[in-house]
Amino acid sequence: MIGSGFGNISIMTRSLAWAIICFLVLPITVVFAVSVTDRHYLSLPESGVSFQYYRNLFGSGPWLTSILQSFVIACASTAVAVVAGTLCAIGCWRLGSRASDLVRMLMLAPIMVPTIVYALGIYQFWIDLRLLDTYAGLIIAHAVTGIPYVVITVSTALAGFDPRLEQASLSLGASMGQTLRLVIIPNIMPGVVSGLIFAFIHSWDELVLALFIAGRAVFTLPRRMWDGINESLDPTMAAVAAVLIAVTVSLLCADAYVRSRRGS
Amino acid sequence: MTAPADPARSRAGRSLLASPAARYWLLIAPALLLMGVFYFYPIGRVLWMSVTVPAAGFDNYALLASSASIQRMLWTTARISVLTTVLTLLLAYIVAYALVHSSAKAQRWMFLGVLVPLWISVLVRAFAWFVLLRREGLINAALMATGVTDSPLNLIWNETGVMIGMVHYMLPLGILPIFSNMRDIDQRCIAAARGLGASRFEAFRRVFLPLSLPGVVGAGILVFIFSLGFFVTPALLGGGKTLMIAEYIKVQILEVVRWGVASMLAAVLLIVIGVLLAMLSRLVNLRKLFGAG
Repeated sequence: MIGSGFGNISIMTRSLAWAIICFLVLPITVVFAVSVTDRHYLSLPESGVSFQYYRNLFGSGPWLTSILQSFVIACASTAVAVVAGTLCAIGCWRLGSRASDLVRMLMLAPIMVPTIVYALGIYQFWIDLRLLDTYAGLIIAHAVTGIPYVVITVSTALAGFDPRLEQASLSLGASMGQTLRLVIIPNIMPGVVSGLIFAFIHSWDELVLALFIAGRAVFTLPRRMWDGINESLDPTMAAVAAVLIAVTVSLLCADAYVRSRRGS
Repeated sequence: MTAPADPARSRAGRSLLASPAARYWLLIAPALLLMGVFYFYPIGRVLWMSVTVPAAGFDNYALLASSASIQRMLWTTARISVLTTVLTLLLAYIVAYALVHSSAKAQRWMFLGVLVPLWISVLVRAFAWFVLLRREGLINAALMATGVTDSPLNLIWNETGVMIGMVHYMLPLGILPIFSNMRDIDQRCIAAARGLGASRFEAFRRVFLPLSLPGVVGAGILVFIFSLGFFVTPALLGGGKTLMIAEYIKVQILEVVRWGVASMLAAVLLIVIGVLLAMLSRLVNLRKLFGAG
């Protein structure tokens, strides 16, 4: 149906569109080429392919520490965001009132408000609470800014879920908790998993908050990359970037897999 | 402000707890509480600081009229954001147009090309452009090797570099809303125009283009909002020479420690974006995002 008009656009428009998509994709692939360089600076490999910078990356204490710290922070903040976001989406969906619509709008704020504005506020707040440069500080900040992604994906999943199933469960004597656990959650699982993946990527990639509220004891991967790009031209950065792309693409494949299972 | 009904209802007593509405508000409570305490309260503090630090009053805001460096920075921010938005919309429109007019199979591949960059770390993308654009970078090397230029072009640490990186970042965010609007356009309208004797271009200009404008304006506001407060790409590819508002705020706090100026600029950013969002919500139904309507 969508393609009912396809075929009647000019070759020029079509090739222009593909050229723009190449502009989107190709520049990113350059990091793979540079990551296997045999030189000591950022360049394409000249006389052969070398994996020295991957050895560098996985043999270096600071990089591994940062990867581990980022992983712990991303897992913890994702857990908080998924639980709070999923419950919130279910509550808003069931209420369907003006007030709950307003709540969902408010939940969008972290996506729309520039992170720099929030970073300023949370930096001040954490000075008062002595949470600067702690795991807890970064986890809380990443969790609240990750909630919107979960609310959006779970709400979308709920839009396709028949509310009568919930009523049936409640009227057949199941408690609220049982209904949630046995009826609602299993039916919206794909939405929850999508939200989980996006909240994880959000925390894993987050730089601005890490610049403000962490920096010595807690030094996340994006933070180390930021310093790496600004201060040195070490090709190890390219190896890091290549590994990150691989991780993101595999998470997206996982998401596509979950969605396709929902479809079948 | 944030929770008009919630506290009132939970205070209303245990008897109400049994009522369904109260139980659903209990589900909402954790997220609302987290957001209220750890998101909206800190942002409220920023607004408060902008009129109280270093002294109570609107002195910080007076800088908007008197400080040349702030005016220059705001002008740079506005100029880059507008140009980025226009370029992004132009390119996004072409891709979205090709997307709705493609077979399902081609569509899948094009979508892959649009969505994968969207989720790749913004730092990685900025780094890739850094490798390509710098003076000793791959683009300059290629241009010199083929003899197009004798000396390397300045592609980075100026507005050109910032804009290339920003358009690259914003494109998927522009393509998706335009595409979802175009998908809803009834193709029979164009067929009817053609059947009534309009040329292909005429049918596009007088039928398809006007119908697709709401999507374009929506995408434009969205991209403009994201451009205004963008930090990573402008900071990396601008190299401290092309200063936009987000980096300026960061410098005010982490380097020269002027909380008043920084929070005033953050408040200005917040107000501008609030106005733009209000415009956006009149234009498109934001509830659609949640799968409603």
